Amino acid sequence: MTNSKPPIWRDQRFWRIAGQFLAVFLTAVVITMLWGNLNRNLQQLGIQFGFNFLKQQASFDIGETLIRYNPSDTYSRALWVGLINSLRVAVAGIFFSTIVGVSAGIGRLSDNWLVRNITLVYVEIFRNTPLLLQLLFWYFAVFISFPKAENKISLWGFIGISQNGVEFPWFTLSPEFSALVLGLIFYTGAFIAEIVRGGIQSVPKGQWEAGRSLGLKPGLLMRLVIFPQALRVIIPPLTSQYLNLTKNSSLAIAIGYPDVYFVASTTYNQTGRAVEVILLLMLTYLILSLIISVVMNLFNRTVQIPER
Amino acid sequence: MTSNPKSQIQNPKLAWLRNNLFSTWYNSLLTVVCLVFLFWLLLLIFTWATTKAQWGVIQVNLRLFLVGRFPQTLYWRTWIVLAIASTLGAVSGGVFSSKQLLTKRTLAVFAFIVGLLLIILPLDLISRLWLLLIAVLLFAGFGIGQTFSQVIAPWLSLVWLLSFPIILWLIGGGFGLQSVPTDLWNGLLLTLLMAAVSIVLSFPIGVLLALGRTSNLPVIRWFSILYIEIVRGLPLIGILFLAQVMLPLFLSADVRLDRVVRAIAGLVLFSAAYMAENVRGGLQAIPRGQIEAAKALGLNTLLAVILIVLPQALRAVIPAIVGQFIGLFKDTSLLSLVGLVELTGIARSILAQPQFLGRYAEAYLFIGLIYWVFCYSMSLASRRLERQLNN
Repeated sequence: MTNSKPPIWRDQRFWRIAGQFLAVFLTAVVITMLWGNLNRNLQQLGIQFGFNFLKQQASFDIGETLIRYNPSDTYSRALWVGLINSLRVAVAGIFFSTIVGVSAGIGRLSDNWLVRNITLVYVEIFRNTPLLLQLLFWYFAVFISFPKAENKISLWGFIGISQNGVEFPWFTLSPEFSALVLGLIFYTGAFIAEIVRGGIQSVPKGQWEAGRSLGLKPGLLMRLVIFPQALRVIIPPLTSQYLNLTKNSSLAIAIGYPDVYFVASTTYNQTGRAVEVILLLMLTYLILSLIISVVMNLFNRTVQIPER
Repeated sequence: MTSNPKSQIQNPKLAWLRNNLFSTWYNSLLTVVCLVFLFWLLLLIFTWATTKAQWGVIQVNLRLFLVGRFPQTLYWRTWIVLAIASTLGAVSGGVFSSKQLLTKRTLAVFAFIVGLLLIILPLDLISRLWLLLIAVLLFAGFGIGQTFSQVIAPWLSLVWLLSFPIILWLIGGGFGLQSVPTDLWNGLLLTLLMAAVSIVLSFPIGVLLALGRTSNLPVIRWFSILYIEIVRGLPLIGILFLAQVMLPLFLSADVRLDRVVRAIAGLVLFSAAYMAENVRGGLQAIPRGQIEAAKALGLNTLLAVILIVLPQALRAVIPAIVGQFIGLFKDTSLLSLVGLVELTGIARSILAQPQFLGRYAEAYLFIGLIYWVFCYSMSLASRRLERQLNN
């Protein structure tokens, strides 16, 4: 029997390797071309790539800051202020949207017809309209049309609501911050509600029956038996909702809340440093996403069934 | 639900109330709280809508909201586009609905709604006639789709694809028609167009990326992973900024891209990454045996993927893909932040006119309703389609 090799173009191994080389080659060619264009275009604009501009004076003011900042500080300080503002929105948003979402998700399964349908209407309205529109609505149609600070609406005697935002006795939330966080909470909450509902429905019926036959009251049954098991299904999609919320907080720019995207965009407008700014933004959001993923994955591990 | 033997003897309406609203003391409390809340909310909305709100901003600007500054003499072209799209939509709806929906009652409801719309909408005679024609086309299309579903079904996607360039031609002009520059495509027209184009373009790219990510060629897999994860890590507005500002920098100086084209590029780049993850879910759900069986029949890898794996994978993730479409439709609103005048953009520009200053609630509620109708009907259609395919 002759052991003649098949021609090389009939050999699958050859094509596998050649195909990958081709992919690398094509990608390299495209990237070189794009990079060449970029350098040529930047040269024409008279811009040289580099991060030195971060040390220059920012000379723009930021509406609200948690740390000390004034316009004579550097761009890097301004971006830092923006990042802290973003974190503030993300933390508040994640915390409250979880509360709203879990309540609405449980409400969707309530045996009270009214509760069930009110939460259904809530979910269907907020999920099916754009977040940007909701933010614009909260800000312009709600907060800006509140009465002036002199005759503010008083809630329970100690919370004051006016055009200047929400006043608590010990601190005040700006209208921009309030509108952004409220918008994010109700939008993300509607998505979380559906995730929670799906998670609870995925727990086998037998668990309910077993809990009931042990004499557990509905509230306790939900807290001790059903919800911990539902969490296993809930957490992975919940994590992506938290990531979405964090990324969506960049829509702050539409209503003028100075988050990191807002500050970065001002920085770009003043310096023309598109490439550097977008790289910084990418890095920032990447780190934020990584932190959320790591925390949620650790939490996820604690609720999974421990197996040998 | 545990049914109380007593309640079965009573009046069924009372029994329903007892079971659904007042089964325990805390349910009764919840019911009362909800009723008070609902009453307060509805009263608030009703008094605002009838006394404070000035709906003139909608009435005066209806055309702007729908088609923006599209030349008025060329409206017939947008009407034809609407007619084509709604007929195709109705035919597809007819093909995929199993139940005999064309009963006398649904017909009466349909006719009533059309009549009501024709009367209350502030339109001229010609627009009313067009609307009437479209209503008839909708009705006829649905009937045709339902009666000849076996014959039409295989051609449906092809017809949709073919209609696409025709619609673009009608809107954009050229080839014998007067051309309309893209900065005159505004309002709902632009929203729908951007969403449709981005969906159609991002779908094949997303499928390719998903295949790349599940491929066993390491280089291709890593490129796909890199792309998908970077894009999913960035906010959409960042991607749109990238497309508007950076794309021209990356291209050579003699290539000039339209603002609308750049925006579409951004949306497609963004949406393809998410689409890829949805499709990947479907690919992972296909048992290995399917590929092995296909190989055993002598199909090569490419044919096995196209003929055996992909159809099953895509079918498995229809809900996720429709969810993605809904998300993309909502996301087109962000284009108003990079200077495009789609539905949200036109609302912003109308609200900047001095005579409509401060009418935010009216305008935003109105366009919110438009977004809601489209998104909600998409999700309803997807649920129905899913049930159909599971049978």
